[in-house]
Amino acid sequence: MNSIEVKNLTKKFGNFTSVDNVSFEVYRGEIFGFLGANGAGKSTTIKMLCGILEPTSGDATVGGFSIKTQSEQVKRNIGYMSQKFSLYNDLTIEENINFFGGVYGLEGENLSNRKKWVLKIANLEGKEKLLTGSLPTGIKQRLALGTAVIHSPNIVFLDEPTGGVDPIERRNFWDLINTLSSEGTTVFVTTHYLDEAEFCNRILLINAGKIIAGGSPKELKENYIKTIILEIECGKTIDALTILEDSNFFGSATIFGNYIHVKLKENDTEENAKDFIVKTLSESKINTSRIDKISPTLEDVFITLLEKKD
Amino acid sequence: MLTRIYAIVKKEFRQILRDNRSLILIFFYPVFMLILFGYALNYDVTHIKIGIYDLEKSELSREFIKTFNSSEYFDIVKYVTSPEEADRSLNDKTVQCVVTIPVDFSKKFYSKENASVQFLIDGVNGNTATIIMNYVNSATLGFSEKVSADILAKEGIRITRPLNIAGIFWYNPDLKTTEFLIPGLIATILMVICVTLTAISIVREKEQGTIEQINVSPVSPFELILGKIIPYIFLAILISILVLILGHFLFGLEIKGRIIYLAAGTILYIIAGLSLGIFVSTIADSMQVAFQLSTLISQLPTNILSGFTFPIESMPPFIQIITNLTPAKFFIIILRSVVIKGTGIEAFWQQYIYITIFALFFLTISMIKTARQRRTV
Repeated sequence: MNSIEVKNLTKKFGNFTSVDNVSFEVYRGEIFGFLGANGAGKSTTIKMLCGILEPTSGDATVGGFSIKTQSEQVKRNIGYMSQKFSLYNDLTIEENINFFGGVYGLEGENLSNRKKWVLKIANLEGKEKLLTGSLPTGIKQRLALGTAVIHSPNIVFLDEPTGGVDPIERRNFWDLINTLSSEGTTVFVTTHYLDEAEFCNRILLINAGKIIAGGSPKELKENYIKTIILEIECGKTIDALTILEDSNFFGSATIFGNYIHVKLKENDTEENAKDFIVKTLSESKINTSRIDKISPTLEDVFITLLEKKD
Repeated sequence: MLTRIYAIVKKEFRQILRDNRSLILIFFYPVFMLILFGYALNYDVTHIKIGIYDLEKSELSREFIKTFNSSEYFDIVKYVTSPEEADRSLNDKTVQCVVTIPVDFSKKFYSKENASVQFLIDGVNGNTATIIMNYVNSATLGFSEKVSADILAKEGIRITRPLNIAGIFWYNPDLKTTEFLIPGLIATILMVICVTLTAISIVREKEQGTIEQINVSPVSPFELILGKIIPYIFLAILISILVLILGHFLFGLEIKGRIIYLAAGTILYIIAGLSLGIFVSTIADSMQVAFQLSTLISQLPTNILSGFTFPIESMPPFIQIITNLTPAKFFIIILRSVVIKGTGIEAFWQQYIYITIFALFFLTISMIKTARQRRTV
């Protein structure tokens, strides 16, 4: 049985359809990425799956329980953490853990074992008496994730958990997500950071309430990016970009730091393009030092997909 | 379920205790209100400043003046020597009343003609003037009765009055306003504190987003509301005790009835206030709105419609019906019965029932609203 099974889930607010007839499933123990622009319907979907928002039509089972008729059981079996920091700033770390432990019915030895675990994963052992408000954002988020799974749920929903967190802390946070997943917890995560999406086992892309693509990061890149992308290192980058754009030889040309990325047209070969670049640039007395084929990123995939939509 | 409620109660207590500034405010507010209202809002008129304009200066006039000197209601502050000075003294407020004793005071008195005394009273504050008038009237009447009895006794005649008025004010024999005001003050203080604190404590969770984490947990609206209420019941009970102790030491308030009746009424009233606060929190989305709404909904009706400052009997019939919407009206009846009169439960059991209905009504509405909001927002 899958952890989450969504069937024709729809949510309307008045005339606005936020989530439009969405169906998918999430396998047990995987890290499932749910991606989309702001207002695409990510949070609405998560809220419905957590049993705090009633769907207009359709249904889903989370951990085997229907979100429509068994929302109380759903709540007992999931953890939830949102981008908005949801611990109490005016309580100490320990008091926050005790509170959420109590909310999920943990007592006595059970609670103190889980408390130790949360402190360990948040790297806060020995700092129990600190006020939560005084912690840096990254550590707060790890503590929030720890308390969100204090009752060892089978499934945890993370709604943009790394918003406003620095890159190193983000990496630490993802280590934590991987740990949870390896222990058998299903992780359902939304994010804006496409480099983070690479860590997911599977990804679903949602736009305007509809699913537009899905699969593993590798599958997405293979299925949606058929063209070759070249990275060019040369002198006078800005002039070179104008020349290459004007040549109409490429699908697109963009600046990436000190380099230029060009996307070839569908039937072009790599060799053909390389020759063209060197020749064209040298005509304008621009020296080309390097041309490499690069593998597309998820960002390339999403921009391609969203452009196709428009 | 108990673990969850206990967790919320404990957390709420911690947050209350950690917020020192609010805590000081919570305890300072009742003290402030009590002192302000207890001393400033006082309908009692004592130590009336009297000026004497004695034209005769006889034995009898001095005796008459002495009646004013020997009472705590009057203070003789000056002796004036001319009608102009009398006028001036009233004008510059050095005296509130001038007693003019005419030249022929003793002569007329002993010749059994009607001797007359003039009282000039500062009538700017009509209420006070009427009270002064009553006081000097009864002082003069007392003097004249005493003296005429003496004179007649010398002649061997004992007088008896056919009808004697002996009015005694029960429950509040000295007609002290503080005794009358303190129940209303307790009602106001408790209502304002209960409504404001609960409303803000819940709306703060909405504003900071912590409520979301509770909503996705197995905590039910019932458990959440109960967990929120319990700490504030304790806090409000502490405040009631504080107010009663202050009332005792500052204004000599004594509880004449049974404490258990008082405690029961107070706890019911506190719960009514808290449920109103929770109701406010279901409407308000920001702490600012919650604060304004709770002040409006708690302070105004409690002050104006409860019979605390204005007697309900003198309101128009329509407003009289509206007064039933404020639980303070009923709590004040309980307080006046228990604290001032010391009556038994038969005098106020209906008020218990009313306050309970009020509390249950708002608690139910709030729980339904909370449950509905959770599923739709």
